[in-house]
Amino acid sequence: MVDRETLSRVTLFADLDGPHLDEVAHTLDDERFPNGSRVVRRGLSSGGLYVILEGAASVVVDGDERAVLKPGDFFGEASILIGDVAIADVAALGDLRCAVADAGDLRPLLRRFPSIAIRMLEVGARRLRGANEWQS
Amino acid sequence: MAVVERPHPPRAYDVVVIGSGPGGLQTSYCLDRLGVDHAVLSADAGPGGMFQRWPVFQRLISWSKPDAPAPRDSVEYERYDHNSLVADDPENRALVPAHMGRESVFPARTEMEAGLRAFEDKTGIRVRYGCRWESTSVGEDGFALATSDGEYRCRVAVLAVGMTDPWKPDLAGIEHVPHYAETGAATDYRDRSVVLIGKRNSGFELADGLLPWARRIVLVSPRAVQTAVLAHATVRPRYFQPLEEYQVGGAVFALDAAVDGIERTAEGGFRVAVSGTTWTGSSVLEADAVIAATGFRVPLGDLPQAGLHTVLGDRVPALNAYWESISLPGVFFAGNATVGALGLRRHGVGSTSTSVRGFRYNARVLARHIAERLGRVPQHARPLPEDEVALVLAGELRRCAELWGQKAYLARVIGLDGSRRAFDRGVQPLSHFVDESGPDAVAVTIETDRDGVTFPCVYVRRGGRLREEHLDPHPLSEFEGEPYRRALAALVG
Repeated sequence: MVDRETLSRVTLFADLDGPHLDEVAHTLDDERFPNGSRVVRRGLSSGGLYVILEGAASVVVDGDERAVLKPGDFFGEASILIGDVAIADVAALGDLRCAVADAGDLRPLLRRFPSIAIRMLEVGARRLRGANEWQS
Repeated sequence: MAVVERPHPPRAYDVVVIGSGPGGLQTSYCLDRLGVDHAVLSADAGPGGMFQRWPVFQRLISWSKPDAPAPRDSVEYERYDHNSLVADDPENRALVPAHMGRESVFPARTEMEAGLRAFEDKTGIRVRYGCRWESTSVGEDGFALATSDGEYRCRVAVLAVGMTDPWKPDLAGIEHVPHYAETGAATDYRDRSVVLIGKRNSGFELADGLLPWARRIVLVSPRAVQTAVLAHATVRPRYFQPLEEYQVGGAVFALDAAVDGIERTAEGGFRVAVSGTTWTGSSVLEADAVIAATGFRVPLGDLPQAGLHTVLGDRVPALNAYWESISLPGVFFAGNATVGALGLRRHGVGSTSTSVRGFRYNARVLARHIAERLGRVPQHARPLPEDEVALVLAGELRRCAELWGQKAYLARVIGLDGSRRAFDRGVQPLSHFVDESGPDAVAVTIETDRDGVTFPCVYVRRGGRLREEHLDPHPLSEFEGEPYRRALAALVG
């Protein structure tokens, strides 16, 4: 269970009303990671959707930091939805606290609350546009 | 009258274990076997104090099968006995079924307590009972633990204190409501209308126990019962009867709603205001009695003030793969206080650290880890020929009780040095193995997905790169045969 007030400040869940925020708070786990520990491992099928509540995380491929994620950002969803292994490591930068949906809970969560799926799509679209601009 | 000397007087020890439930006893047994100097302290008067109070309705939810495909004194029998502590010596195995009747495969809590007491007596574990841990000072080379009997100093502290503090969420009016731990006798609820806040194990345990007594039972919490997940969960027997009564239209309701507030009525009853989650609208539930079946927290004393990080609404310590606090090195946890170590969340199925079945193996791995850290034993590294690795691993998929008891959390590990030699590295937490930037190695686990399919999984680390490989399931879970040996040989070779 995740603290409901903390969850209410996360953009991904901004469209949920009170009872539904409670429901999501009861669906997610609260997990903390010390500095440097890995949350997602390249080469392994991912364990969950991670939404950063406090702290930051580093996305690393072959030793190169590709992005730094901050509170409100999320990761881990792509490999669950595609059904493939993770293509990057994600590690804690300082103390990191995340709300976590287990792999098996993600699709039911998105079906139940399409507003979360739409917020996720928006972020995905921005990431894709950023990647395309970078390549052109 | 003879004066019985109490063991473990206050002084400096390498390790102090706090708690005399199954987690504390198992840890002490394993530390003893490794020759680690330690004291075991307990505020209780005897082993397994929790079982004198809970579960409220007597029987545990984990089973032990009296007769099974393996003899009781074998390691293989542990797969069929989820309640006994584990021992190296055959005569000290399977002590819970030895104290059970045949009325049920779920032990009554008196039977569980008798099994623990027998383990303590037969293995010679010594506990200082009636000794309460009161406060903690953190020093450069360890800890000073103030207790009701004086000060203990140690390099490593192991807290096996259970999840025993009643916990209630912050809801308006919750102070009017007794906690699960304060539930009265079933007869107190005769012909009464009862609201249970919480739809998880303790809520359904109460619902099941009150079925013959209460007039109406409403269980309420925001999230729907996960029946698909429950279908494969050990706890499902508790849920069967209340859910069946709900589904056929009886006097039990499993309501998906957030609780807005609770009020006392002038007549001594309750009004519980709720807002629907899987349904639209709100309602007020009238009840003669309300119980908060909202769970427990780990009694952490002053450790949060000393810097111990917690999770799950500050209810449990945040732990690394070896059940050590992520923020207070040297403080370890055993027993069901290890529930905050979630591992890799493979297939969305958690570890079994909330039950003896899983945490007895955590304790064994933890004791070895502590002994290695303190320099009492060398690191596991028994050499074996590399062409035997597949054979050894296939055998372990059948025999290794840790793999079956802590699926996808504990792994059997063999190091490969590439020169025809391999090294047996024993049992390690899987997440430690995958995060270790060590030499080439292979690890195997047993895993069960959310559909209940059980299969072996192989993790190979070569040149710092990790890959996972799922082996096929077998209809009778026989993973030692030729196809598995061939698959393992191909992955290792």
